[in-house]
Amino acid sequence: MGKWTRRGFITAGVLTGGGMILGVGLGVAVRPGHRAPKLAPLVAKDDEVLVNAWVKILPDNTVTAIVPHCEMGQGVHTSLPMMLADEMDADWGKVAMEQAPAHEEYANFHMARSHLFPGKVPGLVQDTLDGAFLKLTQSLSLQTTGGSFSVRATGTLGMRVAGAAAREMLIGAAARQWGVATTELRAENSHIYHDASGRIEPFITFAAAAAENKPPSQPKLKEPSQFKLMGRNIARIDIPAKVNGTAGFGIDVDLPGMKYATVKAAPVFGSKVVSIDSKEAEKLPGVIKVVNLEDSVGVIAEGYWQAKKALDKITVKYSPSDAYSLDQESMFERFGQDMDKATANQEEKVDFTTGDSRVVLAAAETVIEAEYRVPFLAHATMEPMNCTAWMHGDQLEFWAGMQNPLGARDAVANELNLQKHKVTAHNVYLGGGFGRRARPDYPLQAAKLAMALPGVPIKMIWSREEDTQQDFYRQAVMSRFRASLAPSGLPEAWENQFVDKHEPVEAPYIPYAINNQYIHYTDSPTHVRFGAWRSVDHSHHGFFTESFIDELAFAAQVDPYEYRRKLLVNEPRLMKVLEKAAEISRWGRKLPKGWGQGIALQQSFGTLVAQVVEVDMTQGSPRVDRVFCTVDPGFAVNPDGMIAQMESGIIFGLTAALYGEISLEKGAVVQSNFHDYPMVRMNTAPKITVSIINSMEAIGGAGEPGTPAVAPALTNAIFAATGKRIRELPVSKFDNRYDIKTSS
Amino acid sequence: MFKLTVNGTSYEVDVEADTPLLWVIREQLKLSGTKFGCGMALCGACTIHLDGNPIRSCTTPVSVAQGKAITTIEGLAPVVDQPHPLQQAWIEEQVPQCGYCQSGQIMSAAALLARVPQPSDADIDNAMQGNICRCGTYGRIKKAIKSASMKISGVQHFIPESSKEGQSHG
Repeated sequence: MGKWTRRGFITAGVLTGGGMILGVGLGVAVRPGHRAPKLAPLVAKDDEVLVNAWVKILPDNTVTAIVPHCEMGQGVHTSLPMMLADEMDADWGKVAMEQAPAHEEYANFHMARSHLFPGKVPGLVQDTLDGAFLKLTQSLSLQTTGGSFSVRATGTLGMRVAGAAAREMLIGAAARQWGVATTELRAENSHIYHDASGRIEPFITFAAAAAENKPPSQPKLKEPSQFKLMGRNIARIDIPAKVNGTAGFGIDVDLPGMKYATVKAAPVFGSKVVSIDSKEAEKLPGVIKVVNLEDSVGVIAEGYWQAKKALDKITVKYSPSDAYSLDQESMFERFGQDMDKATANQEEKVDFTTGDSRVVLAAAETVIEAEYRVPFLAHATMEPMNCTAWMHGDQLEFWAGMQNPLGARDAVANELNLQKHKVTAHNVYLGGGFGRRARPDYPLQAAKLAMALPGVPIKMIWSREEDTQQDFYRQAVMSRFRASLAPSGLPEAWENQFVDKHEPVEAPYIPYAINNQYIHYTDSPTHVRFGAWRSVDHSHHGFFTESFIDELAFAAQVDPYEYRRKLLVNEPRLMKVLEKAAEISRWGRKLPKGWGQGIALQQSFGTLVAQVVEVDMTQGSPRVDRVFCTVDPGFAVNPDGMIAQMESGIIFGLTAALYGEISLEKGAVVQSNFHDYPMVRMNTAPKITVSIINSMEAIGGAGEPGTPAVAPALTNAIFAATGKRIRELPVSKFDNRYDIKTSS
Repeated sequence: MFKLTVNGTSYEVDVEADTPLLWVIREQLKLSGTKFGCGMALCGACTIHLDGNPIRSCTTPVSVAQGKAITTIEGLAPVVDQPHPLQQAWIEEQVPQCGYCQSGQIMSAAALLARVPQPSDADIDNAMQGNICRCGTYGRIKKAIKSASMKISGVQHFIPESSKEGQSHG
């Protein structure tokens, strides 16, 4: 590194690399000006050159990708650096990853773009920003990980472009230094080669000079045939620390002098603390302080166990709520009434319409109708919500696993009347996210506890019971269908009405060629707080639409796979995915008596998935033996990672389909821990087979698309085995023992 | 005052007798690889070994552990910097996703292999059903246990039941 010289701005001993921000994303330079000097102190140490917003080169020629997304098991801390390193022709063995600090400069481009168009803010983002005031003030504070966005947006629009630009800048600097044309140079394994003269120098030799130069406005990206890393199975960089106990999750944060806390919030959302009787609790050993958090009570103690024991001794009176009268059955009744009322008053909200389904249905001889229900669902991340916060002087720092650290920082600053620059959010590994950790409620609680005991770091940990009962839940939904069939057996009209629409917009839409469609919804809000839950609205609409199409196939007496094929005439990609899933599962093969195959498909977050479930009903309750999955994500950047996400999404969706139910009693959540909110376990997990189709279309998401199709594939399989159509989840609510078909 | 032996090191801790071992290990001994998941022995995230047996440390009072050998994930590798065959297999099969449950999974698996060096699918199902993985890594865990088992016992021709019919991860 002999040619290295210090240049750029030096602040507090930290070298600011003098690099430039590239206009990556959107094909235009969206970030004018020389922002790198502001960025460099955040991520670059002395002797490190920040080439652009996403990459720095260290004196030992290590290329570090700076990743603005959290790692919660989806593998993005590996796949994003892969995309950058491939375009840059960096040596993968010398590529490192650093999570970007929670800072506006690293806000996601994709999310930021949405904010440029008012009214088009994705709900994914809205849901993470509590309160309208945040929506107004947070236009740049978007470092969200969710919506299966990381690879599709940051990877495609940020990492690849940044890597290609960095390579071009390094080659440009080398060409000038060596006095040769750029066309004579090539990059490989983190070195620049001039083959004609045999000269080879590491990237770092040219890094400082490159960083001074104007970045290319349109760096040339590789063709897939030139990929060296993308498309290969690359071992995840976060895994070694996750097998020996050293990976640091939020719950593992440890600060000198730290105390512990736990909390209990009002069981009914919206209730407030009226009075607290903590006399007994305060006598217990180790108890430091009981804190009234308005909607919850916290105990700070020397240890978690002491805090928990004390909390259990506290009696709290809460303000009454109208929701006290609400239980599960009355809620579904209300959904039905609200839908009827909306129809009677012509107040239906039109979601999608084509043709004239009303006329067709009115003239139809036979109308097929069905009503489906799904309950609330909790996320149940393995790591219960927790956050460590420390108020020192006028600074508040907090540490947690967060899907939206900037949103959390801003929520804390706004809610507690602190200036944003005096609040620092530190993100660490998430012990599961699935949408739950996009919410800022737990950092806010920890911050309040820390402010109640200034100068002392407080680690707040929720009990599993608190985690189950104070979630932001996948909504409970009722969905009704009406359809009529043409003489061919294919549907000619499709009507669907449901309650409570969130994201993504297209979740209830069907890929099937049906000329007359009317999809509409009605608001029927409850007091239960909504949260994005892995695949969000797809998680239930996938079940509804893919069950009902199966019902139509049965009515038409056509094989459900063939029926879908006939209706996918305008969807060649989905057709291929469906056909491949049928092929790998040997669809239609003879199964033992009491077994069934079910098929379903779902396109979500830019990725197409078809799944086949094989279920054994001979014991009455379903035993899912196999799940076959075909996925077309456009292009799988890390194929083994894509397979892992499909496996994960399938188990997640299967857990919900088989057992998942959060129910209400007098307005409060009934379930509390894994005994009454059970999970698929080793002994109930199916064998899973995944096949990938790289159609080379735009890259889609990975984290969520595996989830939605498995529930309908399961209930369709149960129907095939037993003739019993399950229209309400979870499946475990029903006794299937006497429904086994004897004729098959 | 309780005397504990954890990963071969002796400690004295001053906690109440009913304090679960989990919190002593995490807060007093600062060994944070053992995780809190449910507090009711329902999820297995807190699994450690007590005299070689897998136990749920979230419901095991510290008083029970006196005079017994406690092993946590930090002490599983027989030699520092040389991972246990299961840890190696976990990396090879790319098992963890979020990773939070994996200390407990590996501790349960290690106890299984110590008892049954060549476990069948049914053995694995039985031994591992107390450990929840919300990321659904069960298929890979099963594969990793089998490949570690093969390495430990030196069996080369052992064909895992779940690799039949060519699925990617059984």
